[in-house]
Amino acid sequence: MLPSAYLRSGSPSFADFLADLAPDVLTARLLQSSVDTTGLAPHGTTIVALRGTFGAVMAGDRRATMGNVISQRDIEKVFPADEHSMIGIAGTAGIAVELVRLFQVELEHYEKIEGLQLSLDGKANRLSALLRGNLGMALQGLAVVPMFAGYDLDRERGRIFSYDVTGGRYEEHDYHSVGSGSFFAKSSMKKMYRESMSADQAVAIALQALYDAADDDSATGGPDIARGIFPVVVLSDAAGVRVLDEATLSPMVTSIVQARLQRPDGPLVNMENPS
Amino acid sequence: MSMPFYVAPEQVIKDKADYARKGIARGRSVIVLEYADGVLFVAENPSRALHKISEIYDRIGFAAVGKYNEFENLRVAGVRLADMRGYAYDRRDVNGRSLANAYAQTLGTIFTEMPKPYEVEIVVAEIGEDTTEDQLYRLTFDGSVADEQGYVAMGGQAESISTALAEQWQSGMQLGDALKLAVRLLGEFGGDTPRTLESSSLEVAVLDRNRPRRTFARINGGRLAELLA
Repeated sequence: MLPSAYLRSGSPSFADFLADLAPDVLTARLLQSSVDTTGLAPHGTTIVALRGTFGAVMAGDRRATMGNVISQRDIEKVFPADEHSMIGIAGTAGIAVELVRLFQVELEHYEKIEGLQLSLDGKANRLSALLRGNLGMALQGLAVVPMFAGYDLDRERGRIFSYDVTGGRYEEHDYHSVGSGSFFAKSSMKKMYRESMSADQAVAIALQALYDAADDDSATGGPDIARGIFPVVVLSDAAGVRVLDEATLSPMVTSIVQARLQRPDGPLVNMENPS
Repeated sequence: MSMPFYVAPEQVIKDKADYARKGIARGRSVIVLEYADGVLFVAENPSRALHKISEIYDRIGFAAVGKYNEFENLRVAGVRLADMRGYAYDRRDVNGRSLANAYAQTLGTIFTEMPKPYEVEIVVAEIGEDTTEDQLYRLTFDGSVADEQGYVAMGGQAESISTALAEQWQSGMQLGDALKLAVRLLGEFGGDTPRTLESSSLEVAVLDRNRPRRTFARINGGRLAELLA
């Protein structure tokens, strides 16, 4: 017979159910000793996101580092969360990927049990709660910082949420970036962002911002033309969420790299007509 | 002190089974049938909110008749079991057989140990790479499992519908044809007199092999009217 926990009526949250039934399946909440684990595991770096009336775009570079070493050059840090939203995570790679997996199941589980999707705010709040569970690990050096974005079906526009390690949740207005190269990426997006941009333009701005981040931050990887490794780009609009394939990305990335051969610092802001 | 009357165990089991059968027979019928691209679920259910058909996992669907609170309980348990397994191992490691087994154990235990058996009948459907790998498990109130071929009818007029399906269902039917057949049989046998069912009183869903990852999809509104036309 199924254990009684399965038959109990109650929470539509998978994480709560798991914490009750099999806490060992969840990531360990806290290490026994107060050892500092910084530098013990690979670290994922820069994620960018932009929102507009079309929806939202999220992109991440492919580099993971351990100290001065590039530990992986094709890591994926941006994922669809469900059919209308996406999540990207910077920080300790192992914990980040596990958190994404838990979050994806959490959303799907709710949808199946309740027969309807959570609102975009509801999803953002659930991510806060899951992140709070990792606070102990974060204090010991294994921090993860996610970013959540998606198309809000009720408000008919894209929205972005950023987080801190304590689970604090903040809605971002237009664009945001997390990870080691985020300062450079944000400055880059600040000069290029337009509220009225199309989805294609938003993807181009995201790719430019990641290029700028890789230009100045050693832990962020630029597009690797030789190996055909490009940033992961996920797009969310009224039709749903989709990961852009290589055939779509390849010409965009190539044209950006070509333009940078002429002007390494990227597109110039028009001073005559700066708007 | 008065002594309770002695009742033979055979009689107890028979009474319970009769009780459960009566409860199930009161409800409207549900038909689950295989078609070219997967499995089709059709229920006569005017409610938009209280579902008889539901998604369990990527390739697994659930249909039930009987007492709503009882099969809802089992449905939620199934979703939990599948998600738990998929998270602890991998999405590919979730299969219909182990879910059907868990349901069978649960229903069997409830039937023998509880004073009141569950008044439910369930189908767990799973689709594979092609029609030969599709599976339909039928579970009854006492925990019996049957591996059905092609189609299952449950609820009020299950027997007459099954007889008709045996004659009219064919392997590899197109979605529209399979749907029309199921709706016609539900109308013909589901009530006291033959009726034509409107799309508003139907709950329809599919497990469709052509969909990526999550294959379960509800069919309603315009799409349903189009398929029934």
